[in-house]
Amino acid sequence: MNLALKQDPAEISPKAPKLQQATMGHRFDAELVAVTKRYGPGAPAVDDISLRIPRGSYCCLLGPSGCGKSTTLRMLAGHEDVTEGAILIHGTEITNKPPVERGTSMMFQDYALFPHLSALDNVAFSLKVRGVAKEERRNQAREYLELVQMDHLAERLPNQLSGGQQQRVALARSLITRPKVLLLDEPLSALDPFLRIRMRAELKRIQKELGISFIHVTHSQDEALALADLIVVMNDAVIMQAAPAREVFETPANAFVARFLGGHNVIRSEGREVSVRADQCRLGRMPGMRALEGVIGMIEYQGTQVRITITKDDEDYTVLMDAPTYFAQSPEIGEPGVMSWEASDEHVLG
Amino acid sequence: MRLANPIPPRIVSMIQVAPMALIFTTMVLLPLGLIFVVSFLDYDFARVFPELYLGSWEDVLTSQLTRDLYAKTFKFVAIVWAVTALLGFCIAYFLAFHVRTMTVRLMLLATVAIPFWTSGPIRAVSWVPLLGREGLVNQALMGLGITSEPLSWLMYSEFAVLIAYVHLLTLPMIVCMVNSMGKIPPSVIQAAQDAGASEWQIIRDIILPLIRPGIAIGTIFVVTAVMGDAFIVKQMSGGQVNTATMAIVTELNAFMYPPAAAKSVVMLVIVLALVGVLLRFADIRKELQR
Repeated sequence: MNLALKQDPAEISPKAPKLQQATMGHRFDAELVAVTKRYGPGAPAVDDISLRIPRGSYCCLLGPSGCGKSTTLRMLAGHEDVTEGAILIHGTEITNKPPVERGTSMMFQDYALFPHLSALDNVAFSLKVRGVAKEERRNQAREYLELVQMDHLAERLPNQLSGGQQQRVALARSLITRPKVLLLDEPLSALDPFLRIRMRAELKRIQKELGISFIHVTHSQDEALALADLIVVMNDAVIMQAAPAREVFETPANAFVARFLGGHNVIRSEGREVSVRADQCRLGRMPGMRALEGVIGMIEYQGTQVRITITKDDEDYTVLMDAPTYFAQSPEIGEPGVMSWEASDEHVLG
Repeated sequence: MRLANPIPPRIVSMIQVAPMALIFTTMVLLPLGLIFVVSFLDYDFARVFPELYLGSWEDVLTSQLTRDLYAKTFKFVAIVWAVTALLGFCIAYFLAFHVRTMTVRLMLLATVAIPFWTSGPIRAVSWVPLLGREGLVNQALMGLGITSEPLSWLMYSEFAVLIAYVHLLTLPMIVCMVNSMGKIPPSVIQAAQDAGASEWQIIRDIILPLIRPGIAIGTIFVVTAVMGDAFIVKQMSGGQVNTATMAIVTELNAFMYPPAAAKSVVMLVIVLALVGVLLRFADIRKELQR
């Protein structure tokens, strides 16, 4: 599955970042070349995947649990051996190098802060092991704590900080090593929904400010769509689709991608499998449009929109309609329902 | 639904604590009080008189002999602690961070633990074929031409006592440290590696500070075991080495209860003080919680 290689990298490059990298002259921040990971006999955890991540991209590895996304990230970090294939960072092969020589830095899901050190000393740790003098390393660490707006709590121990604050410290600790690529393992999954949205804006801001690539593992499609320049959808150890967010959402490569991203109906139409976005489907028969008949199974009011589920042959189809249209039609659960869509909105799945 | 509870919660707590309080008072506090009282009484070769006599305490606090005995005990404690801590740390570190599977880890821990399925006297006797004059070590040394005659200090000596202590007490040290190391999330170690820390830096800056409670508990094991032991000293030194605890046992055997009681009180105060200091080092309650 080499979908990513067909991608024109120029297309996905973000606008020129403010702080340029010291190393230039490479096209991709990270490359995976036919990487496979096996833990033993049986199905591999990651099966022959290839991926190129252009300079300064926010890349999300998206997929259900067990799809191999975290293993891929850990191989990039050097915390997991690569069974076959090669990994390049800034055009240099680093497949078998130890973590510190890769130019990557990992932000762990559980933050992995050193519990006996203050926030400041946590951030300064990598400078300490390099023998930077105390005053100097603390000053630098303070700058990074300022970047993540945590300088006012620099003296606190990790267990005196909230989850969101610990995460900011972990981010500063990762960034102070000046990584070429920052690896984030489900960084937002331990936060409450409100904080998650604030923190993801923060991540995006910091990524743009530094201009380095972030590779972010998540199982949340909202998160991936909101953040990513490049979304890599994975399932069963392979890459299903790797493309910019809009392309993935508007033209999913296959039924899995369409279903996993949500907001799509996967329908058999004219003998082909197609996807139609739920917000382009309507309730009721419309002249000149394709239709599907079933029973209204569920109605969810979501404020600006109403989500209506139509069940046919044990399959659920979704219509997202705006609230005024819904109240004008006022359908009831259990009534027969017709979903219709324009033939031109059909996207043929591979 | 609320259950009507006619007994106030304070009383309920007291009833719940009562059995333990009863056992603790009758089996620990009262005997200790008795020992304390006896230490101030007069005695002859077979009896204790209910008359005030400060000679036992005078003896404990001023005689050079008792001071030498305590010095010997502390020397043993210090050496055994240093050796078991170093050995324990190395083995625990290997088990916790270099052995990858839980099965192998448990198997290796079991091999350390299995010798302790036998009783103390058997273990003490089984040192003889190894360390005795005709023992394996001496035969090997002579066979290799390293020594011309058997080393006499291998068995029935201070060295033998130390060997037996180290053998006995390395296991609790390992278990306490492995337990503490097991609580360090792997990601914390990986984060330190990411930061560029060498193995030695990770040990010094991350692992040692984080296993302090484990070291403290292991230390309490070692200190209390060495200070309270008379059996191993007697068996392994063949009665040639004397410690403070040995002196207490000797006096008890000679029915000299008041001086034995006085020495016991001193011993208890020292051990409690040491444990108190160690507890300040680490939050042991937190360590035992998880």
